[in-house]
Amino acid sequence: MEETTATSIKVSTPRRTKRIQISSLLASAPMAIVAIGVFVVCVGYSVMLSFTKSRLFPNFNWVGLDQYERLWGTSRWVVSVENLFLYGILFIAFCLVSGFFMAVFLDQKVRFESGFRTLFLYPYAMSLVVTGLVWQWMMEPSLGVQNVIQRMGWESFEFAPLVDPQYALYGVLIAAVWQSSGLVMALMLAGLRGIDGEIWKAARVDGIPTWRTYLFIVLPMMRPVMITSVVLLAVGVVRVYDLIVAQTGGGPGMSTEMPAKFVIDHITARGNVGLGMAAATMMLLPVLLVIGPWIYREYVRPTKH
Amino acid sequence: MMGKKLFAATIGAGCMSASVQAANVEVIHWWTSGGEQKAVTVLAEEFNKLGNDKWMDTAVALGENARALTMQRILGGDAPGAAQFNTSRQFEELIEEGLLLDLTPVAEKEGWTNFIRPSSILNPCMKDGGIYCVPVNIHSNQWLWTNKKVFADVGVKEPHTWEEFLAVAPKIREAGYIPLAFGGQGWQERHVFDVVMIGVTDEKFWNRVWKDKDPKAASSDKMRKVFETFGALRQFTDEGAPGRNWNDATNMVITGKAAAQVMGDWARGEFAAAGKVAEVDYGCIPGPAKRPSLTLGGDAFIFPKSSDKNLEAAQMKLASMMLSPTIQAKFNNTKGSLPVRADVDLDVADACMKKGLALLDDPKATITPANNYITEDTNGQVQDLVSTFWNEPSMSVDNALNIFKGIIEDAE
Repeated sequence: MEETTATSIKVSTPRRTKRIQISSLLASAPMAIVAIGVFVVCVGYSVMLSFTKSRLFPNFNWVGLDQYERLWGTSRWVVSVENLFLYGILFIAFCLVSGFFMAVFLDQKVRFESGFRTLFLYPYAMSLVVTGLVWQWMMEPSLGVQNVIQRMGWESFEFAPLVDPQYALYGVLIAAVWQSSGLVMALMLAGLRGIDGEIWKAARVDGIPTWRTYLFIVLPMMRPVMITSVVLLAVGVVRVYDLIVAQTGGGPGMSTEMPAKFVIDHITARGNVGLGMAAATMMLLPVLLVIGPWIYREYVRPTKH
Repeated sequence: MMGKKLFAATIGAGCMSASVQAANVEVIHWWTSGGEQKAVTVLAEEFNKLGNDKWMDTAVALGENARALTMQRILGGDAPGAAQFNTSRQFEELIEEGLLLDLTPVAEKEGWTNFIRPSSILNPCMKDGGIYCVPVNIHSNQWLWTNKKVFADVGVKEPHTWEEFLAVAPKIREAGYIPLAFGGQGWQERHVFDVVMIGVTDEKFWNRVWKDKDPKAASSDKMRKVFETFGALRQFTDEGAPGRNWNDATNMVITGKAAAQVMGDWARGEFAAAGKVAEVDYGCIPGPAKRPSLTLGGDAFIFPKSSDKNLEAAQMKLASMMLSPTIQAKFNNTKGSLPVRADVDLDVADACMKKGLALLDDPKATITPANNYITEDTNGQVQDLVSTFWNEPSMSVDNALNIFKGIIEDAE
C-alpha cells in the first residue's frame, strides 16, 4: 500500500493520479472497512463498556474505574495474569528450543525425512480441544500413564501434574508445547534450507564444528524466522482458552485460570459484561504498549540499507 | 428388513417435512450422564409422539457450558427452541429484555399456579405478571450417598452429621477405602460447601447470609465453623479428585472404592441405572445434619421468543407436556428427582425418594437455594473463593472469611 501512495505522489499528470487513487481506494476499501469496523469500532465499544455497569446486556450506566478496581482486587484475575506470564514465557522458550532441534535433526538429510516431518507437524493439525482431552486422559492418575507404568512394576512412578495445583500449569504446558512445536519446526526448517550452502562450505574450510556453526552462524542468520515464530506463538499464548477448558477447566482451584477464560466466563455465564470488558481491555493494553511498537520496528519501518 | 425400515423412515420423514404445521424444537440441556440421558429420552420420545413437531437434542456437558451456549445463541439471534436452566436468577435478564416467550396463556388454561408445589419453585419463573419458564423437577442437594457394604466391612455406623463423618472417616481410610468420593470441579466444590454450610448451621443463618446478605453473619463464628469443617474434608478425598465428573465419583461409591459421596438426589439415577437397591446396597442420608433441611431447587426450561408461529405453538405444546401428570411421573422416576405436582402416581418411588417426599411435606425442612437470592456474578465469586480455599490448604480460614464477607457486602 505504501508503494501505491508513493507512486501516486510521484506521478505528475493529474488525470492519471486520480485514476490510480480510485482504483487503489477501491482495492483497499474492504480491508479498510474490516480494519476500522472490526478493530477500531468494536474495540472502542468494548473499552467503553468497561466503564459501565453492564451486566448480561450492555448498558451505559457509567461507573468510572469501578470495574478495574474490582478486577485488580479479584484474586482470580491476578492469578490468571501470573499464570499467563509464566505459561507464555515457558511456552515460547520450549517451543523455540524443541522446534529448532527438530529442524536441525531433519536438516541432517536423514532417511524418511518427509515421514518425520509429517510426524512432527501432525500435532499442530489437531484442535486444541482434542489435544487438551487426550493429555487430560494421559495425565489422569488412575487411568493414564502413571497407572500403566506403576502396573509394570515401577510403583513409585508419579506423573499426574493436573491433580496438583502446584504442577497443573506445567501439565497444560506439556500439551501446548507438544501441539505447537511442530509449527516452529516447519518454519525453522524452511529457514535452515534458506541458508546459503556457501556459508556451510566456508565454515567447514575454517574447521568450525557443526554445532558451533548452527549456534553462532546459522541461528543469528535466522532472525526473521525466529521473529515470525515468536509472534505466532505469542498470539497463541494471549488467546489460550480452549486448551484450558478442555484439559483442566481452570482448576484445580484457580491454578490454571487464564485471562481469556476470565473474560469469556464473565461475559456469558456470569452475566457481568462490564467486568469482562475491563479484563479484555487489560489484555489489549500490553499488546498495544509492547508488541505494537516492536512489530512496527521489525516490519513496518522501512529498512535503512 | 433393515432396508424396508429405512425406506419407511425416509417416507415418514418426507411426509413430516411436507406438513405445514410441523416445527423442530431444538432443546439445549446438560443431561449427559447415563441416568440423565434416560430421563431426557422420556421427554424427547413423548414429545415426538404428540404430533409432527420434532425434538432436536443438543446436549452439552456441564451446566455452565450449556448455559453459556444458550446465552450466546440468544444474544446472537440464533436462539434454540428451548433451553434448560436452574430455577434461579440465571435467566432473569433474559426476561427483563423481553427475549423469552410468555407462557401465561397455557399456564392460565391449565392452572399451573394451583397444582405446582411448592409454590416457591415457580417464583423464579414469574416476573411482572408473566410466566417465563417451566419447572420440571425438584432436586434437593443435601444428600450423603453411602455404600452399605463398605460401612459394614469397616464396622462403623453411617454418619448422620458432619461431626460423625469426621469421626468415622479416619477409620474408613485405615481400612483402605476412600472415605469421601469427590469431584474437584468448581460447582461440585461449591455444592459440598453449601451442604456443609446448612449442615452445621440452620435455616435462619442460611437466610441471613444469602437472603439478607448480612456481612456480620458472613464473618461470624458460625461461618468460620463452616469453612473449618469444609476444609477438614480435604484429607478424606483421593488424589484423582480434581477435574472428576460427579457421576464418576458416584461410580466410586457404587463399585465400593469409596464409602460415601455428597451429591444431590440426581445421584439416585446412577445407582438405579447400575441396578442397586435403595437402603439395601446403598444408603441415602439427608443433611447430613441434626435436623436435615433440603434446598428446593430444580431444573426449568425457558422458551426463547420467536417470530415463527409454528415454533411458538410447538413451544407451548412442549411446555404443557412437561407438566402433565404422566410425564412428570415417568420423567422424575427415571431421573431420581421429585415431581413438581403432588397429584402424580409415585407408587414406584423407592426408599430414598420416599425420604425426600416426607421432608418435602414438612415446610420447616425446606430452604431456598442460594442462587435464588444472589446473581450469577456473586454466585461465581463465591464459587471461585470456595474452589481456591479447597485447593489451597495453605489459605487461612481468616483470609477466606474476610473475602467471603466482602463478596456478601457487595452482593446485589
